[in-house]
Amino acid sequence: MKSGRLLTTVVAPLIALVIAFGIAALALLLVDIDPIAAYQEMLSFGLSTESLIITVNNALPLFVSALAVAIGFKMGLFNIGVEGAYLLAALFAAYVGAQFSITPILHVSAILLVAAAVGAFWAWIPAVLKVKRGVHEVISTIMLNYIAFALSAYLFLNVFRAETAGLTVATDLIPETGWIPSLNPILAWFGIEARAGANLHGFLFIAIFLGIGYHFLVNKSRFGYDLRSSGANPTAAHASGVDPKKMVIRTMLISGALAGLVGIAPLLGFYHQYPQDFPRNFGFNGIAVALLGRNHPVGMAFGALLFGFMQRSSLILDLVDVPKEIVTIIQGIVVLAVVIVYEIISRYVNRRVIASAAAATETAPDAPPVAA
Amino acid sequence: MGEAPAIRLEGVTKRYPGVVANKDVDLTVRSAEVHAVVGENGAGKSTLMKIIYGMVRPDEGTIQIDGEPVSFRTPKDAIDAGIGMVHQHFMLADNLTVLENVILGSEPRSGVMIDFDAAAERITQLGNAYGLRLDPNQKVEKLSVGERQRVEIIKVLYRGARILILDEPTAVLVPQEVTDLFTSCLNLKGEGHTIIFISHKLDEVLAIADHITVMRDGQTVGTTTPAEVDARELAEMMIGSELPSPETRESTVQDKVLLRVEGLALQSDTGRQVLDDISFEVHAGEIVGIAGVEGNGQSQLVDSIIGVIPEATGEIALDGRSLVGLPTRERRGAGLGLIPEDRHRQGLLLGSPIWENAALGHQDKEPYANGIWIDKKASREQTEEIVRRFDVVTPNVDVPAAALSGGNQQKLVVGREIMAGPVVLIAAQPTRGIDIGAQAAVWEELKTARQNGMGILLISADLDELIGLSDTIHVLFEGELVAELDPSEITPEILGSYMTGAGAKRAS
Repeated sequence: MKSGRLLTTVVAPLIALVIAFGIAALALLLVDIDPIAAYQEMLSFGLSTESLIITVNNALPLFVSALAVAIGFKMGLFNIGVEGAYLLAALFAAYVGAQFSITPILHVSAILLVAAAVGAFWAWIPAVLKVKRGVHEVISTIMLNYIAFALSAYLFLNVFRAETAGLTVATDLIPETGWIPSLNPILAWFGIEARAGANLHGFLFIAIFLGIGYHFLVNKSRFGYDLRSSGANPTAAHASGVDPKKMVIRTMLISGALAGLVGIAPLLGFYHQYPQDFPRNFGFNGIAVALLGRNHPVGMAFGALLFGFMQRSSLILDLVDVPKEIVTIIQGIVVLAVVIVYEIISRYVNRRVIASAAAATETAPDAPPVAA
Repeated sequence: MGEAPAIRLEGVTKRYPGVVANKDVDLTVRSAEVHAVVGENGAGKSTLMKIIYGMVRPDEGTIQIDGEPVSFRTPKDAIDAGIGMVHQHFMLADNLTVLENVILGSEPRSGVMIDFDAAAERITQLGNAYGLRLDPNQKVEKLSVGERQRVEIIKVLYRGARILILDEPTAVLVPQEVTDLFTSCLNLKGEGHTIIFISHKLDEVLAIADHITVMRDGQTVGTTTPAEVDARELAEMMIGSELPSPETRESTVQDKVLLRVEGLALQSDTGRQVLDDISFEVHAGEIVGIAGVEGNGQSQLVDSIIGVIPEATGEIALDGRSLVGLPTRERRGAGLGLIPEDRHRQGLLLGSPIWENAALGHQDKEPYANGIWIDKKASREQTEEIVRRFDVVTPNVDVPAAALSGGNQQKLVVGREIMAGPVVLIAAQPTRGIDIGAQAAVWEELKTARQNGMGILLISADLDELIGLSDTIHVLFEGELVAELDPSEITPEILGSYMTGAGAKRAS
């Protein structure tokens, strides 16, 4: 059992990484670029103090987005709508947050609350559609993304945009009480000095708290048990007393609330307002990170850091004449490879567990091994 | 004779780490015969069949098909050699038609298109030839269990199988469907097909088989014919001890009504009356049996009482308290226990550890729950208690439920429901597909629970079980309770005729 866990949690992702970088190297060789040199550039640039700080900053929204997706995955719900939800939530949070100024902690909490509420509302729509009308959540959440893009663009330009037309088009600046402070002073205690511009987001603590909360909710609570049983065998969960409709609503509300918080790290740690070019794609990449981390909070943290690192270190590639799209290729292959390698290894481990259990009890198992 | 046997195994041995699943097995199956392989779960039948079907490679021994030595690497090799397997758990895509299911993976082509007409014709042809009649364009989700099995059989015939392995084919069937299946088996035999029939229902084996091979502890203990043995002798060969009986002793029925169902009715989406004016009572210390051919409303009756189907109208009262309108969780909380008819569908989380399975249905109550949390430590202790008391054979409570044999999975389900101490226990097919030893254990537990004043609603397709255990038997026919019978005065034959509706006419 112990070695089985090691195989699935550590060895599988490592193999997947090697495969992904190997295939990307082949792609580079095809266009006559030395992959070793390119990877060396990425590493040496990516491992500087500033790069590592930005790696973590990049990872924060991805991690929260992955949590939002993963909680749905756990019961077999596919919330593809994180992308639209976080954009809307960030816009509303930025607007509401700029309207007043109170004690810092309260101000930040209020902004978080607005973001979570908007995200939860946005996820509630597909949940109700599924429960009342049987609309599959993949379809409705994808379509709601487009509605969210259009709606946020409309609200931004016509309602929430700041009156004072400066060079940048953005909402009003949130007063400083609504900012989440940088953690650089804490880093300084440890003798880590970063150049200006690389500020470690204070949202890190909130993200860690969310990760721990996710773990307890999913793996330790009664709600989590109902959630996981619904994912593992919906008919058995139903017969055991889990109300499938309530479960869908609750899970989507939690997923949406988490989705609402995705944009908070860049919003309150960097922009302090909602600009027209507010970063996109955290929602979609979060799906990849959730897959990469097998819905496990620690796994997803590593996945988010990996994506954050690649995003950061790819910046150097343009300077050495390597197309930085190669990183997108690696990200794509890494997800595919993780899914495939994990499946192969977990089948092997499952077979072994079942065979050894059958051996210990000298009976033939009743069912074929199931992938966990 | 002189003809080579269809299958000949000599000295076949298969070892798993720490256990020998098959030891020195000899098996000779003649061409165009029905050859039964009987034995308890864990006796090595499944492993042996997997070896013949190419799913498992033996460590020692030889396999000959029609006199030719073979060495299968995958089921594909076995299929190419004319062997087909009908699994106990059907492997069909519900939302595809019969035709699509049959041709899946070996589609007949004309150019790049699939030649559906040719396939449909061939299926109809096969169906007519062997009494396996099916509408090729019907969706599988609309079919009864017996019809699904016919699809599986046609599927292997379509792939050219001459040797058919039927793994526990009657476990999921009702008496009438069993008769149909046997007719088909005889037709197949008549056309020169060879059938290996795996079962532990001895009456059926004696009725259909030409030869019977008995397995025990991974070995073949002998081959006999139905003419030479009766069911009791066969059972003794299998387990080496007395045959258990479901018979209950003196009545423990009390006056107190625990479950009252009155005027329960349910319509299907298409407006068919699935349940019609069902009324009955279950008293403390009473086992009330529901007999009926499968598909006459049993599943809907159970699901309506437990609340999984909330649309039913009428009164359901547990210990005087109406359950109507309550969600399943509150009904369970009020003291309803459920042993579901299909443990894989409604009773277990196969990929999850045993202790999580023990909590299923009781996850909101002590000892499994502690406030809003699941108490893992207490849950594991409770599970160990179930494992001990109900003799669930497992290395520990952390292995996935899928690792247990069917009988042990069932004992786990029965154990968790009885240990929870329900007021009324709904036991649907409580001994389906499990071996004699586990069957006796489950019967014993139900009898003890009855003695302790539990009310039990027993839904079963096993007529001996119904007659042996029940204090009262109701017959469910086309959604109606058509007769109430005293089990001490009837035989399986009489009960069987009531179940087909004939008895009801006679009674009126």
